[in-house]
Amino acid sequence: MTDTPAPRHIPDRLDKPLSSAIFSWEALLVIIAVAIFAVNSVASPYFLDPWSLSDLTFNFTEKGLIALAMALLIISGEIDLSVAAIVALASTMMGMAVQAGAGTPVLVAIGVVVGLGCGAFNGLLVTRLGLPSIVVTIGTMSLFRGIAFIILGDQAYKGYPESFAFFGQGYVWWVFSFELALFLVAAAIYWFVLHRTSFGRRIFAIGNNPVACQFSGVRVDRIKFILFCLTGLMSGIASVLITSRLGSTRPSIAQGYELEAITMVVLGGVSILGGAGSILGIVLAAFIMGLVTFGLGLLNVPGIVMSIFIGLLLIIVIALPILWRRLREGRFA
Amino acid sequence: MKSFLKYREIWLLAGIVVLIGLISTRFPGFADPSNLRQVFNDTSILMILALGQMVVILTRSIDLSMASNLCFTGMVVAMLNAAHPAIPIPVLIVVALAVGLVLGAINGFLVWRLNIPSIVVTLGTLTIYRGTTFVVSGGAWVNADQMSPDFINFQRVAFLGLPVLSWIAIIVIALFFLVMTRTAIGRSIYAIGVNPTASVYAGIDVGRTKFIVFCISGMIGGLAGYLWISRYVIASVEVANGYELNIIAACVIGGISIAGGIGSVGGAVLGALFLGIISNALPVINISPFWQMAISGSAIILAVVLNARGERRQGRIILRKAEAA
Repeated sequence: MTDTPAPRHIPDRLDKPLSSAIFSWEALLVIIAVAIFAVNSVASPYFLDPWSLSDLTFNFTEKGLIALAMALLIISGEIDLSVAAIVALASTMMGMAVQAGAGTPVLVAIGVVVGLGCGAFNGLLVTRLGLPSIVVTIGTMSLFRGIAFIILGDQAYKGYPESFAFFGQGYVWWVFSFELALFLVAAAIYWFVLHRTSFGRRIFAIGNNPVACQFSGVRVDRIKFILFCLTGLMSGIASVLITSRLGSTRPSIAQGYELEAITMVVLGGVSILGGAGSILGIVLAAFIMGLVTFGLGLLNVPGIVMSIFIGLLLIIVIALPILWRRLREGRFA
Repeated sequence: MKSFLKYREIWLLAGIVVLIGLISTRFPGFADPSNLRQVFNDTSILMILALGQMVVILTRSIDLSMASNLCFTGMVVAMLNAAHPAIPIPVLIVVALAVGLVLGAINGFLVWRLNIPSIVVTLGTLTIYRGTTFVVSGGAWVNADQMSPDFINFQRVAFLGLPVLSWIAIIVIALFFLVMTRTAIGRSIYAIGVNPTASVYAGIDVGRTKFIVFCISGMIGGLAGYLWISRYVIASVEVANGYELNIIAACVIGGISIAGGIGSVGGAVLGALFLGIISNALPVINISPFWQMAISGSAIILAVVLNARGERRQGRIILRKAEAA
């Protein structure tokens, strides 16, 4: 009489009805993007030009590359505030190498390796010593940029080789810049890793319940360490692009990028508490931020005023779904 | 628990004494009472700000908008003074407190009523408040010659051997000490940080308390706005850009746990003093000021490593972390 119940089929992921796709975060972002696009094309006659649109992408590709890795890190429940400082330090190291006569391949290698090293340093402090990442990376943010300031002071490195300019200024095909191509390829890779591999599922799992993951045999610390390295690596790559685009290095390079990258991630629908988010959302948020800054730029709105729009966009986009839900449930505020 | 907390602040105090001693070997005049008074006065604004940030961090929240609040309020007060020099300074201080309170209340409302994580709210208001400063001022600066002499000199008047700025810092420190250790709201703030769930069962309104701490940090930001502008006698959009992280750094060095519930008024004050001493000492011992950023970065990392060791000794850190997630 010991009937074992027939093994029930448990689906890997739940069926998604069409309605959930229509009311998803990404759909909201698409609507906002289309709206801003439409407003921009009406507001400025110069907007709908292929080259204008191409210039637009430079507003977000570098920060977007950082935001892709940052998204994974935030989903896993950590954060990295030192990314902009890593950009500055990697750029400074590349500048030193130029003074020593290094060629383009060496420069790229230095930028990427310095980024990776800084990320690994953050990762070690957080995972090995069990420190809160927000505090650690506030510290390393001062430390990394501080080293750049010690080396450079109020000076600047210039004289990057001609061939180095391709990364930040070159075009792959017609109006499609190398930066945009790299961002799209990176987004595709990150999408695959996060949404189609067991590594990606583990990142979500860690963000939802690190303790349960630990007891389920997920190597929480190792995955977090890898994510910090990835974030450092992407910052190094972004550093190569920015340095190449500007053609010079100052210790204040990329100042404030960390908050813009985090804004991008949160706008993209990643929960700041960890455990939820998508790469598609990040890509859309990157485009939206690029559209807003570029469109307002065409209308001669100063950068500081644009930041009001970005800040409002962040809070409103987060608040809207909450208010909407409350309205439907009939209890306002 | 309480003796343990005192223990940590004594270590920080010892670290500061050693630091002053080391500096004195290179520059003997540094430990003079007159110079130390100067250092205290120079650090007053950071100490006040660190206390405002402390109450927020204690409730497991964070206020990234304090420096932008300071910038906005400072600009409002400076423009008010430039347009109507007859308004007495105490009125301007009340205005600064009120403007700061409004900005803090906006943060607090979003955190309380909409349940948006404080880091997201204040990340947004960080850019909004600074951007609004630009809109209000039209990008123009308010320079020293547009400010009334009273506006500039109020904090510099010596009273019982100390400038008014130092006295304001001392009063704020005393007020925070009283509130944090002698009032129900102070105890609620600690309780929420240690265990928000238990606090609810203990009858503490967690959301309302968070609203109050953001109001406090806002008022502090506003007060610091007037003090900053009248100290450096220039009001512009760039005032205190990025300073929010210095404020948090002072808290971290002072042993305030970013996970909430741990920290004290003494710690925040000493953490700010530590940073103030470094920035005052570098020029006199002939180290380029460009070293300051890297040194404070190292100090933050060192402080958080040491504090984490202290916290771990209490045990059960994993369970507390799991609860936070």
